[in-house]
Amino acid sequence: MQARIVRRGGGVNTLEGLGVGEEAVVARVTGDGKLRKRILDMGITKGCRIRKVKVAPLGDPIEVALRGYELSIRKEDAASVEIEPAEAEPAGEA
Amino acid sequence: MARTRIALAGNPNSGKTTVFNKLTGSSQRVGNWPGVTIDRKEGRLKGADGVDIVDLPGIYSLSPYSPEEIVSRDFLLKDRPEAVIDIVDASNLERNLYLTTQIVEAGLPTVIALNMIDVARKNNVEIDSEVLSSAFGCKVVETAATKREGLDELSREAVEASKGRRECVIRYSEGLERHASEVASLIEGSVPAESARWYALKILERDEMALASVPEESREAVEKAISDMEGEFGDEADSIVAGERYAFIERTVAAAVKRDGRVGRETPSDRVDKIVTNRWLGLPIFALVMFFTYYISISTIGTMGTDWVNDEFFGNILIPGTEEWLADNAVNEVLSALIVDGIISGVGAVLGFLPQILVLFVMLSILEDCGYMARVAFVMDRLFRRFGLSGKSFIPILIGTGCGVPGILSAKTIEGERERRITAMTTTFIPCSAKLPLIALISGAIFFESPWIAVSTYFMGIFCILLSGLILKKWRTLSGPSAPFMMELPAYHVPSLTGVIRSTLERGWAFVKKAGTFILLACVAIWFLSAFDWGFHMVEEVEESMLADIGNALKWIFAPLGWGDEWEFTVSSFTGILAKENIVGTMGILFGFSEDDLEGSASFWGAVAARFGEGTVGSLAAYSFMAFNLICVPCLAAVGAMRRELGSWRDTAKAAAYQCVLAYIVAMLIYQFGCAIAGEPSPWIVAAAGVLIALVYILAAKDPFAPLARAMDRVRGRGE
Repeated sequence: MQARIVRRGGGVNTLEGLGVGEEAVVARVTGDGKLRKRILDMGITKGCRIRKVKVAPLGDPIEVALRGYELSIRKEDAASVEIEPAEAEPAGEA
Repeated sequence: MARTRIALAGNPNSGKTTVFNKLTGSSQRVGNWPGVTIDRKEGRLKGADGVDIVDLPGIYSLSPYSPEEIVSRDFLLKDRPEAVIDIVDASNLERNLYLTTQIVEAGLPTVIALNMIDVARKNNVEIDSEVLSSAFGCKVVETAATKREGLDELSREAVEASKGRRECVIRYSEGLERHASEVASLIEGSVPAESARWYALKILERDEMALASVPEESREAVEKAISDMEGEFGDEADSIVAGERYAFIERTVAAAVKRDGRVGRETPSDRVDKIVTNRWLGLPIFALVMFFTYYISISTIGTMGTDWVNDEFFGNILIPGTEEWLADNAVNEVLSALIVDGIISGVGAVLGFLPQILVLFVMLSILEDCGYMARVAFVMDRLFRRFGLSGKSFIPILIGTGCGVPGILSAKTIEGERERRITAMTTTFIPCSAKLPLIALISGAIFFESPWIAVSTYFMGIFCILLSGLILKKWRTLSGPSAPFMMELPAYHVPSLTGVIRSTLERGWAFVKKAGTFILLACVAIWFLSAFDWGFHMVEEVEESMLADIGNALKWIFAPLGWGDEWEFTVSSFTGILAKENIVGTMGILFGFSEDDLEGSASFWGAVAARFGEGTVGSLAAYSFMAFNLICVPCLAAVGAMRRELGSWRDTAKAAAYQCVLAYIVAMLIYQFGCAIAGEPSPWIVAAAGVLIALVYILAAKDPFAPLARAMDRVRGRGE
């Protein structure tokens, strides 16, 4: 079984709850149909590093950076992306 | 011999359209937001005989979820072009190569164009094309389409590739390969042999359309293969396959790309974005950008140009010059009346606005080209979603301020069916450039050229769009959950001067062409109807004309709106359905744009103002007239675009009816309540109050259209 980090009231950690500027690794994509397929197609796959860049002025959607590009995603959709903490990247972030 | 077809495929915003334009010498529109190309377009490859280039809409994957993906997928797999040029954004390799893996899996001869290589180089990213080439088993050409770099080589390689066949050389992990070959053997014979691998992998993904091609007797075995794979990997099918593709790409990119040590630092684009979509500054900046755009084009620079054209060019040069020439050459009286009163008055009243419209087009192409559009969608999504729309709905609306036709068509990039349809139905509420003449006329003739009139029409447009979102999402066929909103935020770049000039001239020319053809014809027809009576005798007074009779017969419809007393307004509104410029064009003919004193606009404005009546009530009637014409059914061209977006004439007719009813209600509420507040209520106030109560009920009730839907069901049930 996968280890799941428990935070904030015992739920599974998702991309939605990631803090601005924080980085994590994708653990699993939940949900189904179009949304799930779209998330996977955009490169949010298991093991991918993902960073939350900012939140839109009205609080939703959020902007995340992954695979060298920036993506805007709604919070409710980001809740389908389960994450786990990222180990520090060996090369470090300049 | 059959023609060779080369498809252009690639992610949205990878520069496909620029490549297409350069390869074929055509000039399709480009813009820096994902999804500019919405249909497939064909052109002939320059410098080669018998080769067609097919530009496919930008897609991220060959999934069957959006219309764009289905168009591209069908073309690549069913029509099977002889070769594919896959445009890959070199500055965004990983995600772009995901589509490449799927194209190569399909067994299509492919050439990879590493586009925007100049941007990648500027970011100190070095890419070894040889490594990419051997990993994907196809030629890789470095290109910078905007600078024409590498394009000759690209078309040479693509033509060369089209002569051969290609097998997919990409190999994933042993586990996935084993299941893929198992599935491939199960579906042998029921799919084309050359794309068997693609089908096998798509089936393993549980892709619904691919699963449908599995023969009945193999269904069970295929299902077993998928669940075996899921058990082995401890993950879900689609996630395994997507993960494997990305893992392959990561390995390849790691081997092929050398990054300079400075990578990871902020690019200028990041710095701009930090301010523009800042938590606190984002909205004020957006408001400022919008205000500035329309202030420049409508109120300041644009107005100076328009004044000059109207007063100097038409008033002092063209009209006296033409009249003199006509008199000197003793031209027939009817013909000279047609030229001066029909053509110059009508078309001139419209063309006078060309300067304003050109400035607006310059501003819009800068906005489109620099990358701000995607940020607008990002900033506005939260607000728009509440109203049953998507942040992306704002892009069609912004484009629609130039022209509603491309505006409506750009709604296609919105993922959700409901959001897309509502956007297509409501985009034209925002005033397009063809409605500017009307706005300028009303604000000039009635409201002392107050800039607030123009501003208020944009707010009214947005208000109607949001209100319609709330109303329409309660309509049965348009209700349902909202679709995911996922959008790439492309890097900003400085708009190219030639690009802006070209796009402005193109759109400006389209406006002039419309004035010279369609509107010219309409003006001639209107002039004819206004100059003759039913016995085809030329009339002295326009009141005796056919047009006056038609207007008089119909004007009662608009009585509750405050401008039903004068038949001219009724007639103008109807001509607006052909093209919105006609409203002012018709009024130009009827109220004598070129009357005696030749003071162009002054006397025309005076005549218009006099017909609306004096005081507050007159001003309200004028505003109500403007509001009705801005909101009601758009021009025929835009209705055609709506038909393409909505898919049937039946739904288009419903949408057009909705637009007219809403326009009527808004104009009536403005006029009736305005009059009541001004202390001069009319008896129609009772009806207006009733309409307002009904509107509030629709907004408040959970399912206000249920009785109507049930009644429609009953009617339909009886009919069957």
